Amino acid sequence: MKLGPVDWAILFIYFSFVLGIGYALRRYVKTSNDFFLSGRSIPAWVCGLAFISANLGAQEVMGMAASGAKYGIMTSHFYWIGAIPAMVFLALFMMPFYYGSRARSVPEYLKLRFDEKTRGLNAVTFALMTIVSSGISMYAMGLLLNLLVGWSFDVSVWVCAVIVLLYVTLGGLTSAIYNEVLQFFLIVFGFLPLVLLGLHDVGGWPGLQAGLSAVATSRGYAAGAWSESWAQMGSSSANPMGVEWFGLAMGLGFVASFGYWCTDFLVVQRAMAADSMLSARRAPLIAAFPKMLFPFLVILPGMIAIVLHQRGAAGGFSLPVKADGTLNYDMTIPMMLSHYLPEGMLGVGITALAASFMAGMAGNVTAFNTVFTCDIYQAYVRRNASDAHYLWVGRMATVCGIAASVLAAYLVSHFNNIMDMLQLVFAFVNAPLFATFLLGMFWKRTTGHAAFYGLILGTVAAALHHGLSLPAGSVPGIKGGWLAILHRYPSEMAQNFWTGIWAWSTSFVTTLLISLVTKPRPESELRGLVYSLTERQVPAAGERWWRRPFGLAFIVIVLTLGLNIVFR
Amino acid sequence: MHLDIRKPIGLLFSLLGALLVAYGLAGDPSKYVRSLGVNVNLWWGLVMAGFGISMLWLAWRRDAE
Repeated sequence: MKLGPVDWAILFIYFSFVLGIGYALRRYVKTSNDFFLSGRSIPAWVCGLAFISANLGAQEVMGMAASGAKYGIMTSHFYWIGAIPAMVFLALFMMPFYYGSRARSVPEYLKLRFDEKTRGLNAVTFALMTIVSSGISMYAMGLLLNLLVGWSFDVSVWVCAVIVLLYVTLGGLTSAIYNEVLQFFLIVFGFLPLVLLGLHDVGGWPGLQAGLSAVATSRGYAAGAWSESWAQMGSSSANPMGVEWFGLAMGLGFVASFGYWCTDFLVVQRAMAADSMLSARRAPLIAAFPKMLFPFLVILPGMIAIVLHQRGAAGGFSLPVKADGTLNYDMTIPMMLSHYLPEGMLGVGITALAASFMAGMAGNVTAFNTVFTCDIYQAYVRRNASDAHYLWVGRMATVCGIAASVLAAYLVSHFNNIMDMLQLVFAFVNAPLFATFLLGMFWKRTTGHAAFYGLILGTVAAALHHGLSLPAGSVPGIKGGWLAILHRYPSEMAQNFWTGIWAWSTSFVTTLLISLVTKPRPESELRGLVYSLTERQVPAAGERWWRRPFGLAFIVIVLTLGLNIVFR
Repeated sequence: MHLDIRKPIGLLFSLLGALLVAYGLAGDPSKYVRSLGVNVNLWWGLVMAGFGISMLWLAWRRDAE
């Protein structure tokens, strides 16, 4: 891909703005609360956009397009069945506890609700995971920029690290949030032309459907397999993803999504920074609207790409082939960008990608510096220092966090399997966490011991399930079956979903059982932390129904249901 | 109290939009074969600039209150 001077100018302008925002915000960072939680002053719409942006790293954008090419519109399930219900649940039922408890982080909530050891476990695992994620983001960006525009891997990694370091250290969470919102708009403006041009090129939606039929039948599936999201989900062999509806609904819709959206501090932090309880509850719901439409922005290009690829030489477009002969779906977005966009707009597209890598990294770094300072340093190293001291620690943690991420990026680049292994570990840890939260927030009898052991056993169960099962067409090792092969799954995705289901269930049952035989905390300590011991939120007089959280949620659910029906 | 986020957003997109429009007007048309003959720099540049300007206008209106 050749970038012209105008493209470079656009990239340069963007980086200047990013640094400029960090610099302009530094005077508003006076206390540690300002640095870690933006002083809880961010309006709902900004929180909402930052909320989805923090999650929308370039790997998600490129990964969704790749999945769109590989599986078709079924990929929308990640959004319409996965993310949206989880975001609604978070907004309506969990934000009151996160925001109302005045906890500064998810581990801090766990300390308030359970005990120190549960907080410690979560804080340490999260801190590690988030640094590694940040490193993986940097690695992926280095690799991509090297491949696309010839920058050396080292230069990309270090430039990215320095820029993020500067703007987060100067402006704290606010800086990260503002840049995430910027990234959101860049992605929309960078990719929308791609969708519009691509759809026009293949003949609109009918043309796309026809093209997708050809793709589906040439691979041995029913004609609608790529363009219908539910019709082929009766059995796992009928669709390219290899999942049936139950595994999907429970594994993705419930466990994996709720596990991520409801407990991952990276996203929850953005809602915690809101300027009021109402804003905090609205933020994930506001985020749900663009999130609903994102399949059209990121998945559609993938579907268009596979149709173009299918056309063969006539289309002038083909996806590259990997060394083992399979299609390199991950290159879908870069290929589409260079296929349709001339110099100028191409710069915007590449800048959007670079922005999402950097925002992904910054999101991880802000989550890390908060958890490190509040839940590790303040809890275990120095308990009662001045606020200025913690602000300083937060900034130091940012520097060290980024240094550690760079290290992680280099490690991953040398041991490629690490990336797969780490994604696996993250999955093992997230699902049990959600069971813990569910029981903790809605059942006052749940105890700290139960939570702690539930988490541990749930993670072990996930590892065991993975070690005892294998997806079709894989060899025992990183894909599973490293203990013994007790069960074979039709696809890797099916295996992932069921690992999640097992992990969640084990955590849930363990936490329940242990709670029944251990002593819970007195109710007086749990006010505001558990559903039954918290006052119901009373809506303000005269507040219109569609502005209240439940009203907004209703609209979101109806629209999402509608989308599912239209594209079934 | 805080820097209104609409200002940097508005500024960035107005700037990028203006750049694209200028390049779209000045550049040579052979570039646009790949974008199906549409001068996407010009048209989308106008859209982006429009977005940027409305953001700035919203921020200015808020300041005036």
